[in-house]
This record gives sequence, C-alpha cells and structure tokens, in this order.
Amino acid sequence: MSDTKAGASSADETRGARVDDDTPLSPDEDARPDTSVDISVDAVTDLPKGKMLEVDDVTLRFGGVTALDGVSFHINTGEILGLIGPNGAGKTTCFNVMTGVYQPTSGDVKFMGEALGKRKKFQITKLGIARTFQNIRLFHNMTALENVLVGADAHHSTGMGSALLRLPKHHSEEREGMDRAYELLKFMGLEKRADELARNLPYGDQRRLEIARALATNPKLLCLDEPAAGFNPAEKARLMELIRSIRDQGYTVLLIEHDMKLVMGVTDRIVVLEFGKKIAEGVPAEIQDNPAVIAAYLGVDEDAS
Amino acid sequence: MNAVRNFLHGVGDRFRALPRWAKIVLAIAAAVFVYLLPIINPPLITTTDSDFGAVLFLCALYALVAIGLNIVIGYAGLLDLGYIGFFAIGAFTVGILGSAHGNIPLLLCIPIAMAVTLFSGIVLGAPTLRVRGDYLAIVTLGFGEIVRLVLVNADGLTGGSRGISNIPTPPSLDLFGVPHLVWDGFVAKVDLSNQTRFIQFSVTDSIPYYWLALTLVFIVLFLDWRMQNSRVGRAWEATREDEDAAELMGVPTFRFKLLAFATGAAIGGLSGALFATKQQFINPDNFTILYSVLFVAMVVVGGQGNRWGVILAAALLTWAPEKFRFLSDARFLLFGLVLMALAIFRPQGLLPPRRSVRAKRADEETEVLEEGAAHV
Repeated sequence: MSDTKAGASSADETRGARVDDDTPLSPDEDARPDTSVDISVDAVTDLPKGKMLEVDDVTLRFGGVTALDGVSFHINTGEILGLIGPNGAGKTTCFNVMTGVYQPTSGDVKFMGEALGKRKKFQITKLGIARTFQNIRLFHNMTALENVLVGADAHHSTGMGSALLRLPKHHSEEREGMDRAYELLKFMGLEKRADELARNLPYGDQRRLEIARALATNPKLLCLDEPAAGFNPAEKARLMELIRSIRDQGYTVLLIEHDMKLVMGVTDRIVVLEFGKKIAEGVPAEIQDNPAVIAAYLGVDEDAS
Repeated sequence: MNAVRNFLHGVGDRFRALPRWAKIVLAIAAAVFVYLLPIINPPLITTTDSDFGAVLFLCALYALVAIGLNIVIGYAGLLDLGYIGFFAIGAFTVGILGSAHGNIPLLLCIPIAMAVTLFSGIVLGAPTLRVRGDYLAIVTLGFGEIVRLVLVNADGLTGGSRGISNIPTPPSLDLFGVPHLVWDGFVAKVDLSNQTRFIQFSVTDSIPYYWLALTLVFIVLFLDWRMQNSRVGRAWEATREDEDAAELMGVPTFRFKLLAFATGAAIGGLSGALFATKQQFINPDNFTILYSVLFVAMVVVGGQGNRWGVILAAALLTWAPEKFRFLSDARFLLFGLVLMALAIFRPQGLLPPRRSVRAKRADEETEVLEEGAAHV
C-alpha cells in the first residue's frame, strides 16, 4: 500500500482525536482505501495530452453582484489543478458554471475542444465532467452501493422497455454497474459498508462515497468541491493521498480546497480566485511566493499598501 | 402497532429465508386463497351488509389504482392529487368507444384506454413536471377537476351528466359452476344452489370481475417489480432523494419523472376501464375529487414506496367501510379519526419500505451508542 507511512502515523493521531470528541462512529480500522484496485477506464484515462477544459473569459452576474469576472484558466489532461481562494471568492460558482448549474453571462467553457453551450446538467455529466458537493448531497435513503450504481447508470441506457422485458442489455448493464461499483467501493475502502444506507455512514465515509459515486460516471474530469471539509489534519492528509492515487490511475482532477498548505502538497498547478477574479496561476512554489495571493489570504496592512 | 409491523416484517424475513421451491409453493397457495376468497366467504372477513364479491372487486380495483399511484408518489416522489382524472379518462374512453360512439369490443378498448391515458399523462406532465412540490400538487388537483368538468360539459361526446350506459363486458366463457361455501358458525357447507359460473361476466355476479381485477393486479405487480429493480427504479429513487444531485450524476430527471407520471397514468387508465366495464354505467359523478384524496390516502397510509403496503391499505380502506356498514354515517367519522391517528402515530405508513425501517433502526442504534458514550 502506498500510504503506509502516512497511514501509520495518522492512525494513531486519529484514534487519539476520536477519544476526545466522543464520536462513536469510528469502526474505521477495516475501512482503509485499497488503492491497489484498478479503477481506470480506458476511454477516460487514455486521453491525449493537452488542454482538457478551458474556461474562457467567463463572467457570471446575479443581478448587481458579479460572482465571476472574466475568469480564464485551463486544465491539462492528467493533472491535479487546485482552485483556491478565500471564502466567497467564487470557487464553487466556477464549479457550477462548469457543470451546467449556471449559464455564464458571457464567455464560455470548452470541454475537449467543444463549448458546453446550453447543455443540460446530465448531458455534461455524460460528456465526462463529474463532481462532488461542498455540503454532502448523497441519496441518503439509498444504500452506499445504490448510490454508486446511480453514478454508473450515467453511461447506461436501459429504459422502460429493456427493464420490463429484461432484455440482455438490462442484464449486461446491471452486471457492469455492479462490478464497477464494487471496484470503486473497494478502492475507497467502503466495500464492507455497501449495504448500509448512505445517511448512516460516518461523515468521512460519506465524503468518500461521494467521490466513488462521481467516479462511477466514468468522468474524464473529476471535480472535487472541498472534499476534506470538516476533516482533521490527519484525515485530510490521507484523503489527499487518495486523490493523488486517483490521479495516478489516469484521472484528471480539479480540486477546490481551502487549506493552502494542503493544496500545495497535492496539486500540479494552482489557480487562485479572489472576489470572482483570477489573481494568480502557476505551480505551487510560485503561488506560495506570490504577493497578491499572500495579501488575499492574510490581508494587507492599510499603511503598508 | 409496532408489534404488527415487526410481525409483518418477520413474516417477510422468514419468507425470504425459505428455499426457492417453498417460496413458489407458498406464493401459489396464497394466490389461490386470494382468488377463492369470495367463494370461501370466510366468516369475520366477509361483509354481511353488502355483496362480498363486489367489495372484493373494489378492493382489487383500488389496489391496482394504489400500485399505479405508488409509482408516481412513492417511487418518483411526485405528489399527484388529480389521479382520478386518469381513472376517469380510462373509464370514459371505454364508454365512448365501446358504447356511446362505437362498438369496439372491450378487449380492444382497454389497451386503447391505456394508450389514451398514457398520452394524457405526457400532455399533463410535460409542462407541469418542471414545477416542484406544492406547485405540482396544485396543478394536478386542477387537472382532476378539469377532467370532471369537461366530462360534464362535453355533452355530445360523453353524454354530459347523464353519462354512458351499456358499456361492453369482457367476453364470457361459460365452462362450469363453482359452488359457494356457507358457514354455520365455523362449520363450512357447500351451497350448490349458489354458484358462480366460470367465467361469465354479468351484472348479478361480481366474482368474475374480481378474478379479472386480481389477475391484472398480479400482472401489474410483476411489471412494477421489474421496473423498480432496474436502472429506472434507481433513477426514480435518486430523483426523489435529491433532484439536483441526481441530475448532476447523469440522471435525466425530467425524462424519468415524465416516465413515472405516464406509467402511473396508464395504470390509472387501466383501472378506470375495469371500473367502467364492471359498472356498465358511468357518469361524471363517479369521478369526484374525493376519490383523488382517497387514492392518496391509500398510498400514504400503506407506506409510500412499498407496493405491498399500498395494496394492504387499498384493501383495508375499501373493505372497512363496507364491513362496518351497520354503523351507517358514523363510520366516516371513525374513518377520519383512524386516518388522523395514523398520521400522528405512524406517519411513515402501515408498511413503510424496508429501507426506511432499516434506517430508523440504525438511527436508534446510533442514538443508544451516543447516549452510552455520553454516560462514560
């Protein structure tokens, strides 16, 4: 396993932390992600190098509020791009534009060289952009397995007819979905919880289940909206490890994260937003030393400026 | 109440644990028993003040309605308060084609009625399923009433408030007579003077209609099960849980909502057609808004999303008022009180879907754990 070193030290830390905050939902010991499972999908993970997604001069206004103001950046195939910025900078709004929740007021988003235009949300998912949510939005009364199956159904086409007549398509797609779902649950360390209702899962498992569900749609681009929100530092580190191993299997990842330090360690490139504008873009080392970014995060003394 | 639920789920668990052959034998035995109910005429269950066969027919008919509405409300989570509209369209399609303006045999009328209601479900759903929750309820409520008013006013087509009579019956096939049982206390005797012809549809004997309705219930149940255990059922459930998240996970939510709505409508139409051929006479007064409310009550009382629950509720809510007919008008007071009590003490219905039972149990366990942790 790739995370042995980090895992061993963080396990002790988390155990200590759990006693303190008396959370009983912690039978986590057997629920380690198994990153040796092959979750790659040829159609998705063998893409030509180059720009996968381009956000081109996107502006989004809600009445008088400009949520995004001429934002442009791109994501290369196979990289982890970090999207960071202070609260209210427009990170999630940016996600929403990319996944079709909002239509940009001007500018457009190109995916694999094609403008998303007025495509519906589910059509964009089928094109290959999947996401998780900042506040967990699982299907709470469905089991973990069913949640992932819904994701896998994104690339299935069984309709009423095949379901009623139990045509071969129904059976082959059910089997394919099951295989894929178990593979992903195993990868995420949720295999033993497959038949539990999503809402009864511990918080951390819910977060990972959301990622599994998104991966099940076979996304070319996986967008994670603060996947480590609410985690303690050790858990965060472990999740970042997991995200990196997802990338290592060939997926392209866009990661929103609040924690600067964390994002530095895991991303290949970083885009920084503030008040709906892009203020910096570059490799982590550049961003770390960028005065505009430091100012955005730490604030600037009135006198100094 | 909990004891009843645990008993029923216990029965379910034990049934699931049986070997396959035993399951099949038991299921067939249960089905045969249900088919023979009006013949056996079991004491305590049988209704003394009204024809037991007719009551059972209504039970089966409303069970069919409840299965259809359960797809819309229970699976897809769309509150439809105008279901009687589809029921009425189904009934009047049969009436118009079979009697008022045509002479089409019933067996052809029924599929046409289903197609017409399916189509009307799409016509109603396409614009209205874009609104959610309360708004959808209001729109469908309006639809049910519009259908009734159109039936009253379209004199030329529907006969207006006079309605349509002489609706065709299903083709009869008189093979043999089935004598009923009569009970002297708890001793059964065969009553050769009272026989049901197998299988002759007539005004005097409701039992063949009951058999027909029951057969349709079984067929629709089977199809319902197949739909639910497939991509379609999962998509409905995901949409009900969180429509936005479902859409972002690649579920074409609008298409699936429309599918649920149209499927529900078609089953409503089938029930309406069945009602029409049994009554042989229909008029718009048979399709008031009160029935929509009753249908929703069946689904809610039974447990939204559980097909066995809604069937149970449909049968109970139909049978009980007939059984307690001697209470005359007081039974409606009682009926209302029972519904209120259920809403307070069992908001999830008599037989909620297994998953919500499981979820509740898990929640309780968590609570106990948390309390335990707090005491340490």
